[in-house]
Amino acid sequence: MARIELSRLAHSYEGRPTGESDYALKPTDHVWDDGVAYALLGPSGCGKTTMLNIMSGLLRPTEGKVLFDGRDVTELATEERNIAQVFQFPVVYDTMTVFDNLAFPLRNQKLPEMEIRNRVAEIAEMLDLALCLEQRVGALASDARQKISLGRGLVRTDVAAILFDEPLTVIDPHLKNSLRRKLEEVHRESRLTLIYVTHDQTEALTFADRVVVMHGGEIVQVDTPQALFERPAHTFVGHFVGSPGMNFLECEVDGDCAVVGGHRIRLAADTPTDAGSTGASLELGIRPEFLEMVFDGREHGVPAKITRVDDLGSSKIVTAAVGADTLTVRLAEEVVISDENCRLVFPPEHSLLYRNSRLCLKPTAGRP
Amino acid sequence: MSETHGGPAMIKTENNRAWFLVLPVFALVAFSAIVPLMTVVNYSVQDIFGPENRVFVGAEWYREILQDDRLRQALLRQFVFSFAVLLIEIPLGIAVALAMPRRGRWASLTLVVLALPLLIPWNVVGTIWQIFGRADIGLGGVMVTALGIDYNYAANPFDAWATVLVMDVWHWTSLVALLCFSGLKAIPDAYYQAARIDGASNWAVSRYVQLPKLGNVLLIAVLLRFMDSFMIYSEPFVLTGGGPGNSTTFLSQTLARLAVGQFDLGPAAAFSLIYFLIILLFCWLFYTTMMQLGRGQQQ
Repeated sequence: MARIELSRLAHSYEGRPTGESDYALKPTDHVWDDGVAYALLGPSGCGKTTMLNIMSGLLRPTEGKVLFDGRDVTELATEERNIAQVFQFPVVYDTMTVFDNLAFPLRNQKLPEMEIRNRVAEIAEMLDLALCLEQRVGALASDARQKISLGRGLVRTDVAAILFDEPLTVIDPHLKNSLRRKLEEVHRESRLTLIYVTHDQTEALTFADRVVVMHGGEIVQVDTPQALFERPAHTFVGHFVGSPGMNFLECEVDGDCAVVGGHRIRLAADTPTDAGSTGASLELGIRPEFLEMVFDGREHGVPAKITRVDDLGSSKIVTAAVGADTLTVRLAEEVVISDENCRLVFPPEHSLLYRNSRLCLKPTAGRP
Repeated sequence: MSETHGGPAMIKTENNRAWFLVLPVFALVAFSAIVPLMTVVNYSVQDIFGPENRVFVGAEWYREILQDDRLRQALLRQFVFSFAVLLIEIPLGIAVALAMPRRGRWASLTLVVLALPLLIPWNVVGTIWQIFGRADIGLGGVMVTALGIDYNYAANPFDAWATVLVMDVWHWTSLVALLCFSGLKAIPDAYYQAARIDGASNWAVSRYVQLPKLGNVLLIAVLLRFMDSFMIYSEPFVLTGGGPGNSTTFLSQTLARLAVGQFDLGPAAAFSLIYFLIILLFCWLFYTTMMQLGRGQQQ
């Protein structure tokens, strides 16, 4: 187990990177704390797998360093790093039995056979593979094969971290849940550092203690699932996490209020008061879950026109036009919707200001 | 579509005109394989003296051929040669493929160099080695002689055998190597990456990742090399002419002597059919054993 530190780490697949756009992974500083279950969330092509392969040593970074507990391992080969990685598609040794597959990493470390036997039995029990240990893996279905891939990562006792590269892509949905729960169990028992790459937000939010969101080759936010939802640090996080995504409206700032189409909307208390002074692009962001829609005829909030209602059974997603902008609102199932006197109310604590796509907060709020 | 399902359309209609669709294929196969083969069968059961003068002899030619000592020896020699070829070329081809660079400019260069021997016509290969192996003017022959070995492929049966074998290895190992290389290229990177993460040694990677995935191409390589080497003709014919004595006279050369040299068409036809059946039998044997091995690994 180890604390993994990335220092000015960057990677480009071009031979000689000339501009920022040549980098698959832009210069990044980040620390993976020991014993934490992380999810690495981001769309395809945002640099997740690149970062993972650099940490496991399959890829040599163009710039920067990787440190395990302060020790520089950037130049070390994969096999010298004590790191486990599970791939998107099951990788198993076809000619071996399930037992031999699980024992393979331990045998390569030349552990005593007795210890190998115990360790494999323990992991097989955990992954429900105990009954087919003597079977050859060639004939097994893909979920069993992926369990073996997981098992080969878990069976080692000395790993600094286990990296999962979208390991449940090929697994049936109902098995997905049970395998994910297994992983959570494993984490609770072993307190290993787990880094779980996914582009599925549900998977990330349910699995992880902390979620790292990547976008366009850089880390845009590292936070708890709750913070990602309530205080997205970047408009991308707002769009990507949550369904439907966060609403963003272009706005101007006047004192502690955002001004949208002549209407004043009070911003969250931790928004700096001088946020509007620069010439940057400003946006007001609010989650569909926090917007309130009222029909009482009183003159508060912003007038809106309903364009579409999607009834999900447990809640309603209402699409409404405010001036030239479109907003989505999630309403409780029992709310009665009428076309008249429809107004949207923005609760101040959830009305966030974004400057150049990044969340504007007072420095005193404890965030950089 | 749903109406026809289970309705009258489910009943198969008999229409013999469908046979016409098979006719072109049948005609093609008849002219390319069946007619020539039947001509040989025809020769093998008759004694033909002239166009109007022929006698049906039944299985007599077959009996004669099977008891012919010269042919038995050629058959034995042929088996020894073909198995020696397989024993050398298959492992060597795998080794070459494993050692080849996987991508980049060097990979292309290696591929071209490996493909070169395959592009040279058989009798040219024979000529090349005939000169190369000469102790007076050939580079190879002079070098071996300089090492103090009394080497003469035209006079010494052992030297003749060694030269024919080395020539075949030079000519055809590339084929095995290229087939294996394509098989290795088809293995996804993740397998190598997983093996590195598991801390596997290079040997373990070859044994547990590469070899198991090569099964199918190896089957093709074994079949091709067996068939080809079992039918070898031009190279030893040009190199040694089958000598010294009969020491490098393989089956096809014996057959050619019988058919074209002595013009014994009946025995030659019977011999051809037996020759053909032997190849067929061995290909079947290789195929079923290797498929069995493959299935054994899957279960």
